[in-house]
Amino acid sequence: MQYAAVARILGIFLIVHSFGLIPPLLISFNIGDGQYMDFIKPLMITLGSGTLLWFFFRNAKHELRRREGFLIVAAFWLVLSAFSALPLMIGGHLNFVDAFFEATSAFTTTGSTVMTGLDHTAKSVLFYRSELQWIGGMGIIVLAVAVLPLLGVGGMQLFRAETPGPFKDEKLTPRIAHSAQHFWVIYIGLTLACIIGYVLSGMSLFDAFVHSFSTLSTGGFSSHDASIAYYNSLPIEIVTEVFMFLGAFNFSIHFLVFRRLNFGYYVRNPEILTFALIVAGSVLIVALVLYFEHTYASFFTALRHSAFTTISVITSTGYTTQNFAIWPTMVPVFLMFISFIGGCSGSTAGGMKVIRVMLLFKQGYRELLQLVHPAMVRPVKIAGRPIPAAATMGIWGFFAWYVALFVLAMLLLMLGGMDQVTAFSAVTTCINNMGPGLGKVAVNFRDIDDYQKVILSFCMLIGRLEIFTLLVLISPRFWKN
Amino acid sequence: MKIIILGAGQVGSSLAENLTTEANDITLVDHNPDLLRALQDHLDIRTVQGEASYPEVLASAGADDADMIIAVTDSDETNMIACQVAYTIFHTPTKIARVRAVEYLNHTQLFAQEALPIDVLISPEQLITDNIRRLIETPGALQVLDFADGQVQLVGVKAYYGGPLVGNELRRLREHMPNIDTRVAAIYRRNRAIIPEGHTVIEADDEVFFIAAKKDIRAVMSELRRVDNPYKRIIVAGGGNIGRRVAMSLERKYQVKVIDHNAPRTQLLSSELESSIVLYGDAADQDLLLEENIENTDVYCALTNDDEANILSSMLAKRLGARKVMTLINRAAYVDLVQSGDIDIAISPQQVTIGSLLTHVRRGDVVRVHSLRRGAAEAIEAVAHGDASSSKVVGRRIEELKLPPGTTIGAIVRGNDVIIAHHDTRIESEDHVILFVINKKYIVDVEKLFQVGFTFI
Amino acid sequence: MQFSVIQRILGLLLVMFSFTQLPPMIVSLFYTDGELVAFFYTFAATLISGIVLWLPVKNQKKELRPRDGFIVAVLFWSALGLFGALPFILAVQPHASFTNAVFESISGLTTTGSTILSGLDQLPKSILYYRQQLQWLGGMGIIVLAVAIMPMLGIGGMQLYRAETPGPMKDNRLTPRITETAKALWYIYLTLTIACAIGYWLAGMDVFDAIAHSFATVSIGGFSTHDASLGYFSQHPTVEIVAIVFMLLSGANFALHFAVWRSRNIALYFRDSEFKTYLTILAVVAAVTSLYLYHMDIFVYFNRAILHGVFETVSIATTTGFTTKDYYTWPSFVPVLLIFTSFVGACAGSTGGGMKTIRFLLIIKQGIREVMRVIHPNAVVTVKLDNKPLSDHVISAVWGFFSAYVAIFSIILLLLMLTGLDQVSAFSATAAAINNLGPGLNVVAANFSKISDTAKWILIFAMLFGRLELFSLLILFTPSFWRR
Repeated sequence: MQYAAVARILGIFLIVHSFGLIPPLLISFNIGDGQYMDFIKPLMITLGSGTLLWFFFRNAKHELRRREGFLIVAAFWLVLSAFSALPLMIGGHLNFVDAFFEATSAFTTTGSTVMTGLDHTAKSVLFYRSELQWIGGMGIIVLAVAVLPLLGVGGMQLFRAETPGPFKDEKLTPRIAHSAQHFWVIYIGLTLACIIGYVLSGMSLFDAFVHSFSTLSTGGFSSHDASIAYYNSLPIEIVTEVFMFLGAFNFSIHFLVFRRLNFGYYVRNPEILTFALIVAGSVLIVALVLYFEHTYASFFTALRHSAFTTISVITSTGYTTQNFAIWPTMVPVFLMFISFIGGCSGSTAGGMKVIRVMLLFKQGYRELLQLVHPAMVRPVKIAGRPIPAAATMGIWGFFAWYVALFVLAMLLLMLGGMDQVTAFSAVTTCINNMGPGLGKVAVNFRDIDDYQKVILSFCMLIGRLEIFTLLVLISPRFWKN
Repeated sequence: MKIIILGAGQVGSSLAENLTTEANDITLVDHNPDLLRALQDHLDIRTVQGEASYPEVLASAGADDADMIIAVTDSDETNMIACQVAYTIFHTPTKIARVRAVEYLNHTQLFAQEALPIDVLISPEQLITDNIRRLIETPGALQVLDFADGQVQLVGVKAYYGGPLVGNELRRLREHMPNIDTRVAAIYRRNRAIIPEGHTVIEADDEVFFIAAKKDIRAVMSELRRVDNPYKRIIVAGGGNIGRRVAMSLERKYQVKVIDHNAPRTQLLSSELESSIVLYGDAADQDLLLEENIENTDVYCALTNDDEANILSSMLAKRLGARKVMTLINRAAYVDLVQSGDIDIAISPQQVTIGSLLTHVRRGDVVRVHSLRRGAAEAIEAVAHGDASSSKVVGRRIEELKLPPGTTIGAIVRGNDVIIAHHDTRIESEDHVILFVINKKYIVDVEKLFQVGFTFI
Repeated sequence: MQFSVIQRILGLLLVMFSFTQLPPMIVSLFYTDGELVAFFYTFAATLISGIVLWLPVKNQKKELRPRDGFIVAVLFWSALGLFGALPFILAVQPHASFTNAVFESISGLTTTGSTILSGLDQLPKSILYYRQQLQWLGGMGIIVLAVAIMPMLGIGGMQLYRAETPGPMKDNRLTPRITETAKALWYIYLTLTIACAIGYWLAGMDVFDAIAHSFATVSIGGFSTHDASLGYFSQHPTVEIVAIVFMLLSGANFALHFAVWRSRNIALYFRDSEFKTYLTILAVVAAVTSLYLYHMDIFVYFNRAILHGVFETVSIATTTGFTTKDYYTWPSFVPVLLIFTSFVGACAGSTGGGMKTIRFLLIIKQGIREVMRVIHPNAVVTVKLDNKPLSDHVISAVWGFFSAYVAIFSIILLLLMLTGLDQVSAFSATAAAINNLGPGLNVVAANFSKISDTAKWILIFAMLFGRLELFSLLILFTPSFWRR
């Protein structure tokens, strides 16, 4: 293990990350909300720690390998989340656990919040929260498109060959730097488009920035307690739906589409196609239940709310226009379940990812056919290409761990005295990086105790790091040289 | 005609055997001296031992004045290079090569005259696949041959009790089916050919060859036997080159299962095939066949490259209840052995391949030749050229033609029209005439008939 | 598909099943509770239907194929479940509706133990006896299914056991092997039942209750003759201990019992990794439960906490479903923990439900292997069980089973909620049914009478799904199964 190299990279991360505090600082100065010290102090601390780390290990320029990759990925989210909590501790007057929860939730693009009274919170803080999600989103794209396939986490080695850019085994940096540039350009482009869309549909410029940041990152922080319901505007809902949906696409497909200017790539991608079908089906199911249970008078209203909520949930954004926790019968639980599916791989969305769900289904069906034809040989195929056994096994393992950790986290929460519905939804929403829950955590997470907040923070990290990255770190074998 | 055959394998040697009886000058090239000696012993051919693509070897085989070179060695590459050599050094007019690999065949520009100078590409696997596909598309037929791009088919069926025409004279066919035109080209009764006349009575177990437009085939067959329902469930034993192609060409329309006993091969097959079910196991495993509902299978095709395994597994499948079994049999001797027994249809790769080679050997403008009944009979599609003065056929009615004995004109394709031949049908220039020749020794006469006379320029 | 052979077998099954109406008739005569007629009509109806089915095809003696095995397994539970419902409908008491009767009967035959009846203590003895007997018969069926048929069909990785099970082995021919195996296993089953009944009797139950509860214990069913379940005998704490012992034994693989009995070597139990895992899981969960109960002051005395903690853990985790205290009133951590444990369930080849310990063990091993594979992408790691490497076929079958279990659980949960059940009730009801456990939480804590008919039918399917190890029922919904 090249600890020095890891420390050096981490130092650089911290230095770069500290610059993220400058925009909210400028806003604070500009508006004069008196919060600027809350950003200057963390800026000094983060920049200082980063520089120190970097300075001590500046000569450790070893080539990074898989092992360091796991460590860096985990450290990126854990350490940056901790440092990101500083402005909230100082400015948001939250205690450390709350601030850490909020920062982790932002950085993993979950969007669960412990803060209330957002409408009266300083603008710079609101901007900072959304910006954190946006930065987290940038990290996730690189993680999901470039790093995880290399590390072969949960069957994601599938995408190794498909991603553009040069590919050299075992050497992480050149390839990642290369792909990152491409994807960030698209990410920034989409964010700008989203801002324009919001402004055109009547949002103020500040709100447009804040919301576009958390829309594209499928995070879900809003600058209002009422979330998107604050605007009660159909155009804004539609803009949000479109960009949440786009944010949940595989960014390498976006890349292909933009480079070749051929929208056919979207339709030809089996994962995106399945994702669109699942979304359409879920929207319809929810709308029908809402309509037949007389929650909304007209089918159109039911469809409008169903479409917004379903897309928001399945892309793991977590914006709300209606309090879906009080929707009738199975709808809240159904929404929780579909958040497990999540968006496409290589997107900013959470959940297990559509490709894995697709493969789980195909493999399950294959097992069924195998019973009818015991001698049958039949690989699972996506778009006519057989999936290697290692990837299928990886996906099974991923699924089992997902379920296991879900159950474990739920039991741990209940051990702390939480009721079943709240515990179920809290773990679901955090492990899938979605945002709102049911029961006591339907609106925000302020009323649960610190022990539960820490567990949920870890759930967010586990979900974001696709489980295996963290599992690997706690396995003794990893540390043996 | 001077012909050099490269490769004395299954196809090469049986081709030599077929051509040598027609007063051709055959030279066979192979690198296996034993094989050549054995062939030379019982055939009137010349043999040259050596690597087929070397110019010296070709020269010593008489490539200088050869009319045709047929490259059918095991290796695609040798075949292609041999044709190149023949073209560049010896200027051989007609070059035929067997190329199996789809990887080459997919790029047609490779075989343009300026690239690889091959005039005719033959792919036995593809021919056999097409043959099997036609048989499966025409339930009940023993043989289905395409003419004029599939507009006309020659179909061989066995007449059974219960067919309306069985026990009746041929001329009743018209009364039975006033709207459908067909012509019975030949009848084989206990392996002997009968020249069909209007008063010929069809008996049960006769093998009847008739020619009709493709759409009418089913109706005609229903006159001769109870018509089988269209096939649906097919088991292919052996996932080699042929089995794979057959499965690929059938899987869209039929429920296909492929059995192979080679694990890596099944992996490959299952990734290439879309909807077929690939089974790993021994095709002669009774339990496996039962498990896969052999008793409800319409067609069992044994397509491995092992004759004995094919025959045995086919017999087993038939015993277990498969409705039809088709078996690929390389050795001619086995074909006779099994044909009248449990195995419904024996497919001989040589016979299928040779037809397409013979097409290019025949004089006159012959578009298609199908070799039948182990080469004893032939069905020919020839084009009539010229006018009444230069051609022996154009402008004449069929009854006026001096056809050799045992030769029937079945149909004429004029543009897109299919005309079933009657005694008063007049042949025009550019007609495609489909003939059935019961005895091969009259082929030469047929060729002469379709050659344009000297007056034609 | 050989429908005539299946019809013949079904006919025979019904004829045999009709004779199981005789013991309750005797009980009815003995106690003169006036329900004789109900059982007699059921006897006659079942016998006649059986004969009518059997007569036209009585000469069909073709061998059963594995594929027919799926249908026979499904028919065993569904057809017998329907006929077994007759006494509940015909009896003066409880005079159940069709839905309720089928629910009760299927719950009995699948050894689930969920009931729609209340006021058990006032019901006629013959009906009470009949319910227990249904579970016991279901248990007999399950042993054959689990030990002999499932490995043959290879459901969810159970081909693992193909070579290990005793008796002569002839591939593709179900019958000779099954009769051999079944006989041996039934002897063990019978022995355990008798021992259990004696144990209960010695612990203080009367003869009727001892027999009745031994039926429900050894079959891992969980029906009781009292509303308070085993809590009725709270003045005899030894009853709980007897129950714990026999639930533990019945939750073990019967093939393992057979091996121990034949070789007279108890040590075999502790050489079996599934059995060891089974005990470990139970011990850990029981410890957590007991400590938590003590810690939360549910029980003042530590030994009470231990006894109830262990009893409830064993009862729920083996999917029996007996209760002593109203465990659903405990802090919700315990019921949810125990319900999650019931997903692991008993050992394969036992009368218990759930996913089975062996599968859980394999999932853990493979989960660890996947982590290893991420660390060392080029390493070749084989999953071993008792030092024997497992084939990829078995492994992916187990994965497939696990995913299907989770998927079907989620779908049934949503469907139940659609009928208006709250989340906790729906969650526990689904788990209780699919794991063949029995009691649930909230609305379905004491019994299932308060839920709608639609919900009951959904749960009937869930019980069948769980009992038939999902795939034997799922497979009937695939077109390629019916394609000839």
